[in-house]
Amino acid sequence: MHILRKLGFYLVALWAAVTLNFFIPRALPGSPVDAVLGKLALRGPVSPETRQAIEVMLGTDSQGSLPQQYVQYLGNLLRGDLGVSVTYFPTPVGQVIGQSIPWTLVLVGVSTVITFLIGMALGTIAGWKRGTWLDSLIPATTIMQSVPYFWLALLFIYILSVNLHLFPISGGYDVTLVRPALDYPFVSNAIYYAFLPALTIVLSSLGGWLLGMRNMMVSTLSEDYILTAEAKGLHPRRIMLTYAARNAVLPSVSGFAISLGFVVSGSIVVESVFSYPGIGYTMLQAVNNNDYSLMQGLFLIITVSVLAANLAVDLLYGIIDPRTRARG
Amino acid sequence: MTTETTETAAPPTTTAAIATTRARRRRPAPTLVVGVGIVLVIVLFGLIGPLLVQDPLAIGNDGMQPPSAAHLLGTTQTGQDVLAQLAYATRGSLLVGVLVAVLALFLSAFFGILGGYLGGWLDEGFSLFTNVVLILPGLPLMIVIGSYVEQRGLLLIAVVLAITSWAASARVLRSQTLSIRNRDYVQAAKIAGEKPWRIISVEILPNLLPVMSSGFVFALISAILGEAGLSFIGLGVVGTQTWGSMLFYAQNGQALTLGGWWWFVPPGFLIAALGCGLSLINFSIDAIINPRLRSAPANARRVRRAEKKEEAAA
Repeated sequence: MHILRKLGFYLVALWAAVTLNFFIPRALPGSPVDAVLGKLALRGPVSPETRQAIEVMLGTDSQGSLPQQYVQYLGNLLRGDLGVSVTYFPTPVGQVIGQSIPWTLVLVGVSTVITFLIGMALGTIAGWKRGTWLDSLIPATTIMQSVPYFWLALLFIYILSVNLHLFPISGGYDVTLVRPALDYPFVSNAIYYAFLPALTIVLSSLGGWLLGMRNMMVSTLSEDYILTAEAKGLHPRRIMLTYAARNAVLPSVSGFAISLGFVVSGSIVVESVFSYPGIGYTMLQAVNNNDYSLMQGLFLIITVSVLAANLAVDLLYGIIDPRTRARG
Repeated sequence: MTTETTETAAPPTTTAAIATTRARRRRPAPTLVVGVGIVLVIVLFGLIGPLLVQDPLAIGNDGMQPPSAAHLLGTTQTGQDVLAQLAYATRGSLLVGVLVAVLALFLSAFFGILGGYLGGWLDEGFSLFTNVVLILPGLPLMIVIGSYVEQRGLLLIAVVLAITSWAASARVLRSQTLSIRNRDYVQAAKIAGEKPWRIISVEILPNLLPVMSSGFVFALISAILGEAGLSFIGLGVVGTQTWGSMLFYAQNGQALTLGGWWWFVPPGFLIAALGCGLSLINFSIDAIINPRLRSAPANARRVRRAEKKEEAAA
């Protein structure tokens, strides 16, 4: 029942995203055809045939009523047809996304896991040692939290890449040296290029995890069962890890949804700073080129990935918190 | 959904309890003083600064000049005064931030408190809606909306930012309302025949003020960060300068590779400083809402001191 309810929620969320994606272009004043025509008109007069051609190219030439278009749109989605990209004409949108998605998946996935683990570990220690000098470090984490992702990225590029020449300024790998393949030269080169973007994401999202965990630790440590455990004479490490930390980590895990949205948003901007060939950079390319079908496809893919990640965490939550299983 | 444990995290507070703790602690917490100080300085700069500086859009021949007496923060690539731009950008960013925070506060109060108080299918619907909005990633949605609209006014950007940022605090407000709804005095008011809107505004709302003010401050931070991100991509408000648009022009003007740190460091620094000041204020509010955060470190310190004394005696 519990799991069914969750699946139902994610289905509703998915439907909301798909429907938003359908209605946004139709409800807002601007039209993609007009935008492209506006650019063309700068170079010379535009004939009605050109307009017709652009409408066909962007797939906005359908004459049916709104519900008919909606059904047609859903049908296209089910067949995996997201339209044709203008930027990379005539590559289908699905293929463009397929090329950029591994970059973002690895970059954001790895840096999120690293941040979560470091944040939980440091938060546990900071909460355990409450009332010591570590408390004065807590306000410092807020500085990290308030720094905009992309500004930190700009600083890193300026100091480490432009002035010290330690890291590359932009890109996902050195095009002149290696070709994409699963071998050592390429992978090591890609890691070298991914280091600064990953460091940016880790540093700017670490503060939130750390602070949340620390505050939950402090609250949990004043529970009676902690006092009982201390009175029984259990080893402090055991109390810290299996009694306090295990319970304190739960809100952080269930708050994953909110933070993942932040990380994904942040990484889009970080990718644009580093010209990293992932989803976010491709999305900005689409924006700059008025490539509406690519943009909408990307929005859909990003949303579906965020939903999937949250579903996975939700299902795992039952394992770390037995109470939800018992209630189910 | 993923709510069960988070929603019970903050123990409920009454206004009376807050009043007594305030009276007990005469001096405000140092974090509050520093936070308010930082925020005040930045707000004053945004209010008064634009009246004192040069024309931010005036183009000069001395482009990319480092800070000097004529231009305290140097010039941009086209010879515009960075300090002047910073003053106007501060005003723009603060304006967007406050506008968004007010809108988000209103939305979250509407969906959170009304749903939580009335309950039933309305609550089911409202909280489903809230959770769906919460889980949809904000920035990609803003990018899609922003790119369709050519004439992006201040109000449009503010509404878009508000739509994507109210959900988290609506969820907190709902859980708080749920716990207050069943208190004796609310039941008493109900039995006395008071109207729902009166119960919500007189009996429930005052108890939610600390949570709402914390939510407001948080919305302010995320709005300013969100606007900066949107403007940095080039999808911000057309015709209004903000910190994000300064950074956008700095990156497009090759400030990084030309070594123009005076162009891109100040706006980001102000964003970080303002965010930091607001979080410090939020810390103080948190300590009021959740007394354990305040008392626990002090208790731990007392125990440790006592242990040390015992060791010294033995």
